[in-house]
Parts: sequence; C-alpha cells; structure tokens
Amino acid sequence: MKKTVLYEMKNLYRDNMRVTGYEFGCGEKSVCVVGSTRGNEIQQLYTCGLLVKTLKRIEKAGLINENKSIIVIPSINSSSMNIEKRFWPTDNTDINRMFPGYNLGETTQRIAGGVFEKINDYEYGIQFASFFMPGKFLPHVRMMMTENTDIEDAKKFGLQYIVKRTPRPFDTTTLNYNWQMWGTKAFSIYTHETENLDESSAMTGVYAVLNFLSQSGIINYSTHRGYNSSIIDADELYDLQTPVAGIFHPLCSVGDSVSKGQLLSKIIDPYEGKVLAEIKAPEYGNVFFMNNKQLVYANQILFKLTDDYTIIRKAENSEQQ
Amino acid sequence: MIKVASVNLPVDEELTIKKERIVPINSTGKEKRISIVTGTHGDELEGQYVCYELNRRIKKNIECLKGIVDIYPALNPLGIDSITRGIPAFDLDMNRIFPGSENGIMADYLAHKIVEDIKGSALCVDIHASNIFLMEIPQIRINEITKEELVPLAKMMNVDFVWVHCAATVLESTLAYSLNDVGTPTLVVEMGVGMRITKNYGDQLVDGILNTMKEMGMWTGEVNSVREPIISYDEDFEVNFINASSAGVFIPATKHWVNLNKGDHVGDIVDPLTGEVLDEIHSPCSGILFTLREYPVCDEGSLIARILERDEKI
Repeated sequence: MKKTVLYEMKNLYRDNMRVTGYEFGCGEKSVCVVGSTRGNEIQQLYTCGLLVKTLKRIEKAGLINENKSIIVIPSINSSSMNIEKRFWPTDNTDINRMFPGYNLGETTQRIAGGVFEKINDYEYGIQFASFFMPGKFLPHVRMMMTENTDIEDAKKFGLQYIVKRTPRPFDTTTLNYNWQMWGTKAFSIYTHETENLDESSAMTGVYAVLNFLSQSGIINYSTHRGYNSSIIDADELYDLQTPVAGIFHPLCSVGDSVSKGQLLSKIIDPYEGKVLAEIKAPEYGNVFFMNNKQLVYANQILFKLTDDYTIIRKAENSEQQ
Repeated sequence: MIKVASVNLPVDEELTIKKERIVPINSTGKEKRISIVTGTHGDELEGQYVCYELNRRIKKNIECLKGIVDIYPALNPLGIDSITRGIPAFDLDMNRIFPGSENGIMADYLAHKIVEDIKGSALCVDIHASNIFLMEIPQIRINEITKEELVPLAKMMNVDFVWVHCAATVLESTLAYSLNDVGTPTLVVEMGVGMRITKNYGDQLVDGILNTMKEMGMWTGEVNSVREPIISYDEDFEVNFINASSAGVFIPATKHWVNLNKGDHVGDIVDPLTGEVLDEIHSPCSGILFTLREYPVCDEGSLIARILERDEKI
C-alpha cells in the first residue's frame, strides 16, 4: 500500500486540507474509489476506511493481479467533516457540483480540479454517494445513463438492485457524470446511511467493491456474496408522499417486503397527537428508500417502493386494451 | 396581497409565497403584465428595496399606470427569515430546481406554482444581489441563446453593464431559464452585495424598470434618463477573473467600478498572524473593475475581482 497526498490546500488559520489516496497494486489504473465529498458523509468515509483495511490484507496476501492498481480516497472534503458542515466551510458550495473543476477557479473548483486530474484516467470509478433527500436506502448501485454506461459492469457488484437514471442539468457537474465524460465507467454506491454509521450496510458496500474487483479480474479473491441484480429505472420506483405536514411515525423499515394496503406510516398532528394521515402501500413491493426526518412537509417523499408487479400489471393492462 | 402558493409546515405555520398586484385605474384585465421577482436566495436583499420603492412610486402616480405590475418580494420566505441562501431544511439552492413539478416535494411544488404564476408576463425581472462575498455593479446577465430578444430590453433598464455569457447546462434549472424557455422574457439583474441594501443601486434600477415600462407602453409618468450600458459578449470582450492565490485577509487598494490600467494595484492578501503580504494583487489587464470582493477572509481560489478588459476609458 502506498499512501499519497493527491491534493493539498493551505488555509489561513486551520491545518492544510489534504486529499489522501491509498494505492494498492501497481501498473494499469484500474479502479478509483471515492468516499465522502460532503462533510456529513460519515458512512461513506467509514466504508472507505473498512475497504482500505481489507485491501491491505488482500495485497499482503498477494491477491491483487499483475498490472492492476486500485486507489481509495476516503474523503476529498476533510475541512467540512471536521466542523460538521455538509458543504464547503466558507462559501457553502458543494464540491460534488464542481467537477471537472478548474485549477485557476474558485476554491471548490480548484479542489475538484486538483483531485480530478489525478483520477480521470482510471478504467472504473466508484463513488460512495449520498442522496439529496435525507433517508435510508437499500444498498444499490446507481448509474447515470450516458453513452459510456454499461449495465453488465454494474452487475459485478452483486448488489440487490441496479438503479438507472437519466442525468438532469444539475448532474452535469458531479464526479460521476464527469468521470463518464472522460471515459471512466462510473458507478455510485448507496448504503443505508449517511450521517450515522450502519456497520452491516457498510460491510455490504465493501463486499460489493470486492465483488466488482474480483469479477473484473483485478483481484483474485471471491467473497461468495452477492445477488443476481434486479435492474430498475429510477422513474419506476413508486414515490409515496405525505399529503400533509406533521410528525412522521414509521411502521416499517427499509428492506421490508410489504403487501398491498399495508399501513406503512402515520402522520401525527404535533399539537394534538391525532392521526392526520395514514400512508399505505399501493401495491406489493419492497421498501427501497425511507425518509428519516421526524418532521415532514406536505408532499414530502416518505418511501420509495419497488413495484414488483409492474410487469404483470402492464401485461394485464395490455390484455384489457 | 395575492397568494401565489401556500403549504402547511409541520408545526402550526403556513408557508405562503405572496405577490402584490397593482392594476391601472379602470383596468380591463387584458393589459400587459410585468413581474418583478426577488428573494430566491434568502441572503440577497437588494431586491427588497426595489420592490418597496417601485410599489411606492407606482401607487403614488397610479393614474400613469397602463399595465399590470406583479411584485413578488420573497420567493424563498423561509430563507429570508433565517438568513439562509437556500431553502432551510432542504439544503437546496432554490434557483436550481425550476421549473419544478406540481406533484414534487415542497420545493418543487413551490417552484412549479411560481413559474405558472409568472408565465405569460410581457417581461419578468429577476433581481439578485451577488452574495455576501462580492460587490457587483448593477448589471444584467443574459444567456447567449436568448440575446436577440433580451439585449434590447436590457438596454432600457438603466444598468451599467450587460453581460452576455455562454450557455451552461447547469443553469438550465434556474427561474430565468425556465421562464425564457416557455416564452416569458426574463432578465436577471445582479447588483450590490448579499445581506445589505445599496440604496443608490436600488433607485437606479427602479428608474430602469419604469423606463422599460414606459417603452413597453405600460407607464406614462415621468422617467429619469437612463444610462447606456456597456454590453459585453463573451466572444468579443474578455472578462478577467482574479482569484486569490493564497488564503488570507483581503485588503482592497481600489474602489469598485473604476477603470484600471494593467498593473494597477487591486489589493493585498495579508496574514494578520505574521504581518506578511501573501499576495500583492495587480490588474492583469486594462479595463473596468465591475466585481470586487467585499468579504475580507478568503481561501485559496476565492474570487477577488472581475475586470472587463477594454481599451478606452469610460
């Protein structure tokens, strides 16, 4: 293992911010794994730390294949992490909205640019990412569909789900999108948590990367874990919104299989304790995402459900027509 | 007051986006409509004075009004209340979620309602105030894809500077892009500095709005003469950016909106701990300084100034 400072920025009164990479193996630049880009991505940081620990052992055991190299960058934003701020300490900009970056530009553009020039020539890029809506996910691989996207590669993670999505304008400045524009095959991995640690799903994330490395011929190591992934379109996830604001009282967990009509949560009046709304499953499916904020706003998405009966229903509808 | 959109918040509060509609005496309801909007970013307050002053001047001379004026002073009321640039609790930049959607989350829903309400105006003026870091001369920024329609309107607005910039995909989620996209001409004004009101800039812009309304046949009152803006097209003029080469405290050595010669002293980045000058900043070109850093503490890369390169003196 080789520990390298990939980028360093001086500060007036604080310590320099260093972006540190852990390199394993040597030769062809095979895979780059990036952890937290935002200050609240503690789970993403932790997962990378576990991955570094595991890869050290794998390298020591001689299980990295010849002419293959892997780099793990646990965080590119330690300055925000250390003050528990999601975005950049001074101007509140998001490093993950600054790619490909610009070395003569503003602060976070420079950080993005400085890091990106070191990691834009890997064959594969993997980012442990977080969602803009706070909540818990079933671990999955998320892919922005561009001309450089390959679903077959995503299957190598062995995660239960692969979620495809079409990039929106604001996605064009993310690390994932720019990796793809530069010819790197990019994937985002989501585990259960962001600000809190979830040991089990962190290990799921580590095994997913190890599966990928193994299936891609980069390491000679089989984890014997993994799914035959289901591929779903982000638009096919069923959003369950609350019609009213109030206190969110969940009655299920992420990963639960739920039946049609099952009560998933209640929205409670904060002053009088009465039930303002009951949120029920419209169909059979799995709870793929669940909000984890206690106070909720009207129209807020509380759950995203996989709709396991889509194919059957489509067939039924076409028969009726 | 008219409710543009409202939603209940979790604990005994209704969030309402409000507008004031001023109509001419004996209105038919079919007059041209101008929409003045501001407060998308909760830390930008320059538009507050413009809304107040425009309201005041029009109502004082209501007989001169021949069109409908809609004034939206706070598109992001929670942000203005809490001195938060984005939408509090959602951690979202409101100017990156347009055109929104009717069935989306609260922020998307509000964005959708705002666009639906403004749509159909003969002109929309979206007033921003830079941010807390930079002082901007009153200027209008125009995406090059809309320059044919918008530059003639921008010339009437009494701003000092019109910056026609290249298209950027990321800007397609802004209010101005969304409105221009559905055929409502929308001008983006940037002026002053965040968290403050620069009254003379506000008065200047109100003069410009009334002048534009007069040109559009919506106002028959007296208007002050307006200035001819410098118009910069990215392909013709170069905007030079000066970014901090090191972290420190910026001490300006020049005033804002002045002509600089190449090599003129713009300011210093200093280290109060050691008394050292870390970076002595000189102008890389001759031109007009239209953006100047207001907030002293800077990181490496922080924007210090923007200079529009030109040969002759203004």
